[in-house]
Amino acid sequence: MSIGVVVFPGSNCDRDIAWAVNGCLGMKTRYLWHETRDLSGLEAIVIPGGFSYGDYLRCGAIARFAPVLESLVDFVAEGRKVLGICNGFQVLTELGILPGALTRNKNLNFICDEVDLEVSTSRKDWFPKSFSGDNIKLPIAHGEGRYQCSKETLDNLLDNDLIALRYLKNPNGSLSNIAGITNCSGNVFGLMPHPERACDGQLGGLDGQEILKSLIS
Amino acid sequence: MSSVNANSYDIAGALDKEGLKARDYAEICRRLKRHPNRVELGMFGVMWSEHCCYRNSKSLLNLFPTTGPRILVGPGENAGVVDLDQGQRLVFKIESHNHPSAIEPFQGAATGVGGILRDIFTMGARPIALLNALRFGPLEDKKNVSLLEGVVKGIAHYGNCVGVPTVGGEVSFDSSYSGNPLVNAMALGLMETKDIVCSGASGIDFPVLYVGSTTGRDGMGGASFASSELTKASLDNRPAVQVGDPFLEKGLIEACLEVFKSGHVVAAQDMGAAGLTCSCSEMAANGSVGIELNLDLVPARETGMSAYEFLLSESQERMLFVVKPGSEEFVMDKFIRWGLNAVVVGRVLEEKVVRVIHKNEIVANIPANALANDTPIEEHELIKGVPDEINMCWLWKENKLPQPEVTRIKSASSQKIYLWSDVLLKLLDNPTISSKRWIYNQYDHQVQLNTVVSPGCGDAAVVRIRPQEFDNQLKEFNRGIAAVVDCPNRWVSLDPQRGSIAAVAEAARNISCVGAEPIAITNNLNFQSPETPLGYWKMYESCKGISKACEAFKTPVTGGNVSLYNETRMSDGSMQPIHPTPVIGMVGIVENLSQICRSGWHQAGDSIWMLGVPLELTDSLDNRISLSATAYLETIHGLVTGRPPKPDLELEYYLQTFLRKSIRDGFINSAHDISDGGLAVALAECSINSNLGVQIDIPLSNSRIDRLLFAEGGSRVLVSVPANKNIIWRSYIENYPYLNNMPLPASPIGYVSSDSQFCLIQGEVSLLNLSVNTLRDSFEQAIPRRLAVEK
Repeated sequence: MSIGVVVFPGSNCDRDIAWAVNGCLGMKTRYLWHETRDLSGLEAIVIPGGFSYGDYLRCGAIARFAPVLESLVDFVAEGRKVLGICNGFQVLTELGILPGALTRNKNLNFICDEVDLEVSTSRKDWFPKSFSGDNIKLPIAHGEGRYQCSKETLDNLLDNDLIALRYLKNPNGSLSNIAGITNCSGNVFGLMPHPERACDGQLGGLDGQEILKSLIS
Repeated sequence: MSSVNANSYDIAGALDKEGLKARDYAEICRRLKRHPNRVELGMFGVMWSEHCCYRNSKSLLNLFPTTGPRILVGPGENAGVVDLDQGQRLVFKIESHNHPSAIEPFQGAATGVGGILRDIFTMGARPIALLNALRFGPLEDKKNVSLLEGVVKGIAHYGNCVGVPTVGGEVSFDSSYSGNPLVNAMALGLMETKDIVCSGASGIDFPVLYVGSTTGRDGMGGASFASSELTKASLDNRPAVQVGDPFLEKGLIEACLEVFKSGHVVAAQDMGAAGLTCSCSEMAANGSVGIELNLDLVPARETGMSAYEFLLSESQERMLFVVKPGSEEFVMDKFIRWGLNAVVVGRVLEEKVVRVIHKNEIVANIPANALANDTPIEEHELIKGVPDEINMCWLWKENKLPQPEVTRIKSASSQKIYLWSDVLLKLLDNPTISSKRWIYNQYDHQVQLNTVVSPGCGDAAVVRIRPQEFDNQLKEFNRGIAAVVDCPNRWVSLDPQRGSIAAVAEAARNISCVGAEPIAITNNLNFQSPETPLGYWKMYESCKGISKACEAFKTPVTGGNVSLYNETRMSDGSMQPIHPTPVIGMVGIVENLSQICRSGWHQAGDSIWMLGVPLELTDSLDNRISLSATAYLETIHGLVTGRPPKPDLELEYYLQTFLRKSIRDGFINSAHDISDGGLAVALAECSINSNLGVQIDIPLSNSRIDRLLFAEGGSRVLVSVPANKNIIWRSYIENYPYLNNMPLPASPIGYVSSDSQFCLIQGEVSLLNLSVNTLRDSFEQAIPRRLAVEK
């Protein structure tokens, strides 16, 4: 079994995911070209960061029509794990697999930095070893990461413990400091920070490892 | 279809439009043995511009050392290539996009990044890092603020999207750049193909392939536009600025590297300045063959384009290949898969001409050499001696400044009294010295997962060398490269030769401070018009300085870019030239990534040493250290004058060698060079970076206190040494081979403290006593507060 890594034209963190998941953590990976529909033999799928199809129109808006994502809907329904990072999170909201939307950062600039986050869920799907309230550090790199949703959706996220990560110091104006959310069944996780950028001791912290390791249950 | 189409046109008007002179026209007729038609004249116009053929600078570029044991490809190809051993090869180059950025900062800067990246992957290398050197006028002027914002957004837009980390750079501000900002982008790549892909075409009748984006009317005549000075009317030249699409470039990188690995591509050239004209002529001339190009086959973005427009368009993300016959389908499929165009548009000819066909007519037929390689060279007369304007400045000496008191000084210009702490905070608040976080936080500096030393953390960027294609086995990658861009333009403006030597020396010092071994440079020569005697003299002196310094550091020049006519016509008709700005982009090699240094202090209790010309020797007789031409002199006293400190290349080389060795031997916890703002600013930067204070004891001396604290020069570096190694470190220094019978100049000046308090004393007198937070506020807020943006 291996981890699928979706490759859209314009994805630019696909190789980074493979390096973190395979090179650093020793799990097998397989690239999924955006035109493929074959998701057989995959334990989980990662939709990486980047600028799918140039992100023209709106981030993730064109990617949602990719053949690979048609099959992804069934994959999700089967309860298998899907992780959307940065642009991948945007794609998941465009697809409607996760609620809400990601809009331009409050300061209108792209932000690349390392941020402090709080694990705010007590669910164990993606944080098997952490507890609600634990702090972790992950890099961010996005221009459109400001999470927005309706009051109703927010209540639903809160009631079902679906807010997985929150910024300690909100960098982009996200509603309720939201950095990442899961779906109700917990098998889909979308987040703006880049866990794959925190898996390699030579470069910095290792706080991303727990999330990527939990791709395989 | 045998003779060249020759419609009549207004020759004088056409020459003016193409930026050609009457004597160029005579020369063109001589080369063609007939009159050129309008299309051909346009092709000569771009190819004989400074931007494409270095007509004013070629003789000076010949001064540079360009060979060495590591140099695989020197100047002349798309980029330089150096050998990193172990089968790894680094490709790198710097290029300017000054004029486009002056009138359309966002697209101008974005396409500058796109262009330099294409130079790298055209050679068969995957781009692994970007750096940039930027110059703007003071941020007190709203116009400069919007230029800065536009340029940074443009670089971010292109670099972030294409997935190449922007790992470093330098920015400075001076009124000479108001109206003519500088945008120089440097890219580095790691060779992925076995053979280096070159530009010389070969194989008679081999197909010529056009790949990438479509051709439109954008960027028409950009090369000629870049080779003239900027005026108010330049704003109307906005069509000469190209529009970039990083998304297409990302696909182009992947597709190019795929097909290069197949071995089907014989030659490749990107289409940058002068578009199709330049790529055809250079491929033909470099391969001593000809190329026939059929414009009717070129994918067009709009209808009704003339031959002239096709040939001079600078639409981005396009390349030209010569491929082996029979491989066309294979190669084209790879590009089409990435949503790009790929079509056969011509063939290689035996006859050494560039022949262009449009609507079944030959619209141009020119000897390839006349367009590339054998182009006109301008002779300029060199002023003998030092020009008066410069000599006047050199007469200034620091005894003309008001005498400092123990704790303060009166400004020579405003008569205001400054305590030393006021001086330090004002220097840290100078945007040239201050934190550039507002800028680099907009650049993705982590993507590709190899950035070991990020912007703001060390004196040079360090990037791990790890091939992007790897098999499923865990591997250790423990080598890296270091890269930096540098140019002390204030010094260069006051002494082009010393300033340029200092530019190379500082680049090498920065590379050494992270523990890397300097190996080669690329340079971007940004100057005013060479057509005035003073302008040419500055360029000559600067090139001489770079050559001397590159010889001394054994860092050959592998290529680069020349940008002239950087001046603005003022409303009174006078020309305001920029500071001469020869930007040095240097690369170094790191053999072991676990033995590198960052600039911030590491641990409280570590002792702080200064390498270089010692403080005790800082008397006014030693011209290697000076207040002349310093940031202090400009910021506090409002003076940009004096002769910059004399570089001591022998001492510099000796010290850098020692520094690298002591980092490898594990003595050094941090290293930071002393440059703009002198000792006090360098100490403050190390404290701000680490949130650790210092306790520094400045030796008693007859020297002026401001000279001790803020003088520049002297090949100085601050290092911190773990407390438990201090004793062996002393004997390590004492036993190090002497230079000219003199021991290595190194002196302990204090230690790192844990209380976040920044204290400098001399004897019983406290010179500086500030909290690190106070220092940080000045340093971090300098740019944001001038842009009036939130933290």
